[in-house]
Amino acid sequence: MSERTANRIFDTSNVVLIAAAVLLCAAPFLHIIAISLSSSRAIMSGEVTLYPIELTFEAYKRVFTDPSMLQSLGFTVMLTVVTTALCMIATVAAAYPLSKSKLKGRKFLMVVVMITMFFSGGMIPEYILIRNLELLNTMWALVLPGLISPFYLIIMISFLKGIPESLEEAAEIDGSSHFNALFRIVLPLSMPVIATLSLFYAVGRWNGFQDTLMYITKPELYPLQLKLYQIINISQSSELLRMEGAGMYQVLPEGLKAASVIFATVPILLVYPWLQRYFVNGVMIGAVKG
Amino acid sequence: MRASVYASRYWQLYALLALPLVYFIVFKYGPMYGIQIAFKDFNLFQGITGSEWIGLEAFREVFRNQEFYQTLRNTLMLNFLDLLVSFPAPLVLAIMLYELKSSWFRKLSQTILYVPHFISWVIIGGIVYQVFGTQSGMINNVLAGLGFEAVPFLTEKNKWLITYLLTGVWQSAGWGTILYLAALTGINRELFEAAEVDGAGRFKRIWHITLPGLKTTIATLLIINLGHIITIGFERPYVIGNLAVRDYSDVLSTFVYRVGLESGQYTLATVVGLFQAVVGLVFVLGANFLSKKLTDESVL
Repeated sequence: MSERTANRIFDTSNVVLIAAAVLLCAAPFLHIIAISLSSSRAIMSGEVTLYPIELTFEAYKRVFTDPSMLQSLGFTVMLTVVTTALCMIATVAAAYPLSKSKLKGRKFLMVVVMITMFFSGGMIPEYILIRNLELLNTMWALVLPGLISPFYLIIMISFLKGIPESLEEAAEIDGSSHFNALFRIVLPLSMPVIATLSLFYAVGRWNGFQDTLMYITKPELYPLQLKLYQIINISQSSELLRMEGAGMYQVLPEGLKAASVIFATVPILLVYPWLQRYFVNGVMIGAVKG
Repeated sequence: MRASVYASRYWQLYALLALPLVYFIVFKYGPMYGIQIAFKDFNLFQGITGSEWIGLEAFREVFRNQEFYQTLRNTLMLNFLDLLVSFPAPLVLAIMLYELKSSWFRKLSQTILYVPHFISWVIIGGIVYQVFGTQSGMINNVLAGLGFEAVPFLTEKNKWLITYLLTGVWQSAGWGTILYLAALTGINRELFEAAEVDGAGRFKRIWHITLPGLKTTIATLLIINLGHIITIGFERPYVIGNLAVRDYSDVLSTFVYRVGLESGQYTLATVVGLFQAVVGLVFVLGANFLSKKLTDESVL
């Protein structure tokens, strides 16, 4: 076999294998989409795999006309926007001073930040704190504890360090203040990292589940993930019960569950490709050098 | 520089730092203050300062608790197996992506392969139940169509374990390629050309150039992952686990949640949390030290 054919075989099988991996990655989504668009009869009889059978929008109609679902969506959108904005403000406010090597006490403050990456109070003391601050069942219990991620803060700091100081010094000589330099020079140059970290904060908040489970018990304040968990969980336990022969149990139609899953996923899938080229760099900055 | 000059020049930076500092003190160091609950007969109504000291009594109780050892074992087992299965996947995938000739196909593949990383565990849990369920899961439907018996992927312990591990690969393999691909861009292209002139085939090039180029990254990531062997996220085992497989799916974090927040034994749960935090700290610092020593590269 010549070198050429060997290479061709390698390339072809490589493409085929990658395509298989991509398909494997996408298949579960295709299945859920197919379920959400199929008739209950087709779902129950197990005919649905990767494309809809007996196409119907019934499940989506029910999701979109369920007031509690819409309320949950509205709350989650609001929560995500507020969280992302506050997180970015706090992260920039911390990162800008800490990126200045001339700042006195910088090393000490960095240690204060780094310690929290290695050690934390843990679930129970955190819960007691939120309880003592009377934040239970408020959106602030979901916003404030994660205001600054030390890891993202370090990504931001290393990005800011890469901005040539001469730019700011020039501004300083012209009599501009630090605030001015921050808003006029540093922030406009930082858009890639701001976009990346905003995406990370937003996705983290949108997908966050553990804190909602711990801090929120009022149904009006259920974010989508918590609501979704309950929708899905009802049927999990029913599957177990059915298996054990415990008889009747309220089961939500599979189509409705699938539609709810899609409903909670689509917003992320819409924003993420636009920011992809930024975050790949962001991850690299963060991981390679702290 | 005189103090007054320094102050007039830099006060704005300290003003900016005020809010973040308050945040770190209240929400990060505040809970550390709460750790003393582990040494107190804690009662919500008496609060942290009002509760009585009990010394190490709660620790003794935890170390006599069978369930604690089971969740500890599960944590180590799930993490270790996860490392075994999930660690090589992004490496192989990254090398394959790197070898792709067509850049649009590579970009498209990457875009799709990253997606699962952005999906919440709650949604992945929902997907897992729709795909692996015994009654109407996709795989069992296909198996039934082919005349096979249903496989209890989610309710039989060992099969659940496999489902748990594969879900992890699915969620993280694509995202994990980023670091390897970044390291690969650092390899001198001339090496490949020279190898080609010398008549090295594709596998030989991967073996002699690509893999050595990734050596440090692999070693660093492996060490750091080992450092996290006792820390485990709450959401994945909580969402994918269920009553039928609790012997395997109950880990330290879900144990803390169950004992502490569901049955209100705050002291006991704090002790377990503290145990995990301290042992985790030792592991992470040890791993970081090792990676510095061996590879001159520190992730933190």
